[in-house]
Amino acid sequence: MKNFKGKVLFLDRSDINTDEIIPAKYLTEITKEALKPYLLEDLSLPGFDNTDDIKGKTVVITRENFGCGSSREHAPWALEVNGINVVLAENFARIFRQNMYNCGMFAIDLPKEKIDFLFDNYSGEDTTIEIDLEKDLILVSSPNKSDVIEFKVGEFDKTLVKEGGWIGYADKNY
Amino acid sequence: MGKTIAEKIFDAHRVNEPFPDTHVLRLDRVFCHEITTPIAITDLMARGMDRVFDPTKIKAVIDHVTPAKDSKTAEQGKILREWARRNEIKDFFDIGRNGVCHAIFPEKGFVRPGYTVIMGDSHTCTHGAFGAFAAGVGTTDLEVGILKGVCAFHFPKTIKFELEGKLKPGVYAKDLILFIINQLTVNGATNMVIEFTGSVVDEMSMESRMTLCNMAIEAGGTSGICYPDMVTVDYLWEFIKDEFDSKEAALEEYSKWKSDDDAEYEKIYKLDISNLEPMVTFGYKPDQVKSVKEMEGTKVDQIYVGSCTNGRIEDLRIAASVLKGKRISDDVRAIVSPATPAIYSMALKEGLIEIFQDAGFCVTNPTCGACLGMSNGVLADGEVCASTTNRNFNGRMGKGGMVHLMSPATAAATAIEGKIVNSELYQG
Ligand code: SF4
Repeated sequence: MKNFKGKVLFLDRSDINTDEIIPAKYLTEITKEALKPYLLEDLSLPGFDNTDDIKGKTVVITRENFGCGSSREHAPWALEVNGINVVLAENFARIFRQNMYNCGMFAIDLPKEKIDFLFDNYSGEDTTIEIDLEKDLILVSSPNKSDVIEFKVGEFDKTLVKEGGWIGYADKNY
Repeated sequence: MGKTIAEKIFDAHRVNEPFPDTHVLRLDRVFCHEITTPIAITDLMARGMDRVFDPTKIKAVIDHVTPAKDSKTAEQGKILREWARRNEIKDFFDIGRNGVCHAIFPEKGFVRPGYTVIMGDSHTCTHGAFGAFAAGVGTTDLEVGILKGVCAFHFPKTIKFELEGKLKPGVYAKDLILFIINQLTVNGATNMVIEFTGSVVDEMSMESRMTLCNMAIEAGGTSGICYPDMVTVDYLWEFIKDEFDSKEAALEEYSKWKSDDDAEYEKIYKLDISNLEPMVTFGYKPDQVKSVKEMEGTKVDQIYVGSCTNGRIEDLRIAASVLKGKRISDDVRAIVSPATPAIYSMALKEGLIEIFQDAGFCVTNPTCGACLGMSNGVLADGEVCASTTNRNFNGRMGKGGMVHLMSPATAAATAIEGKIVNSELYQG
């Protein structure tokens, strides 16, 4: 299983598409590692600097429809090779969400109020998140406060996270 | 309670349901191209799983960057080519015979009503025009598809559009789908299938139906779907004539792939589209749509006619009918990419290529080309493109570029004027 605990990168925007996560010109790469420097290179978000802001982050918190656009699994891979294995959002584009679980990573849908709560209380702070897979809890903390948030993902999603992805599971079962 | 066409296709292909709302479906087609498949191939090789479930159900093409533009894209082509040979995939379309995946695969008769289709490409939804369930997937799903011939889906709810009335002259399927995406918003159909029905769709060619279904993903949709009818049978006839005694028999068989009248829908939209105007996008999201009239006068640098949305023969005919006997503005450059070799040949025979060239267009070989900003017409920073493609994301056709999506007719008229203009002015 991957690591689901670490520092948070807040991306305060909806509809961040896969071209912004990893531009098409890097799709000629045939290793995941080669994508590392280009994650979120074309993100249009004032003040965001993709070289500095990503460093040391494990979790992304964002708004609606994250990962819309192309089917490129390069988007989760670009996150993965940068050590980011969890994205929390109000909702996701279907293919992106499935790609995350297929790679054994978390794409967790949270109600708008919870996402708002996280932005209002934790963005701009040195925030850490840990996913408790057994209890379906998100533990969030910053130097002077902490909260616990419940989440829900399907059994299939959870199985893929535990098995490290869809290929292993499918090979065993089909 | 009746069933939707998607439910019927799921029922006919379900292998099992290992978890609640997780339907593992048997696949009729796995399509591959050279951008998302090579990395699947190298991963399968590294796992010691370099096999395919059934070489006759896998079809592959080099289309995104072709001819190769550098060593890296040449390598991607090479990996796909060698894999196809090694695994005896007969339907592999290499340079000289290749075209845009979502144009060439239907043209070869590979998609039939009731089929399940996946591809490592988000615009796989295009193939739903044949009454199939066709969904874009990522590389891991593609790998499992190649290896096992299955894919897992959550059950998609369905949104139905009942489109009535008559499109005005100069208004096309592209204008209609832009209007629909504007109504749905970019995630209004996420995890859902969009059915396009009604007399407007009944009267559409397969090409126009593919344009509609192609952009279902821009509203987040899993697949677009049109019901199979005589238009579908006519299109497929040369490929299916040995299977059926008559077209009527084929139609009868295919008619089972249709939603029941009492099927359950997430939402039904009834639209009379008789007053629909030509539409165009502004901004960086495909749901940011205005009428062309509101955008008239917007200066552009490049015009692009092509792609899996609007690079088919019907589209080239429409653009050429606007361009005939005219020259593009000195202030712009224009590119047309016929989507497949067969379309290119038809365009040559019909004199369309000559019209494009006389007007000042650059005619390229069949390829995705400029559509995804990797080759054949990449924009410079700050440039604007009037494009018949499907995505206007920031940087899509080149970093710092702006893309306005529109119909081939509007694109052609825009080329003549050098700024966005309503093609009505140019209708015979
Ligand atoms: S033409 Fe454009 S949208 Fe269509 S498959 Fe090619 S790159 Fe994708």
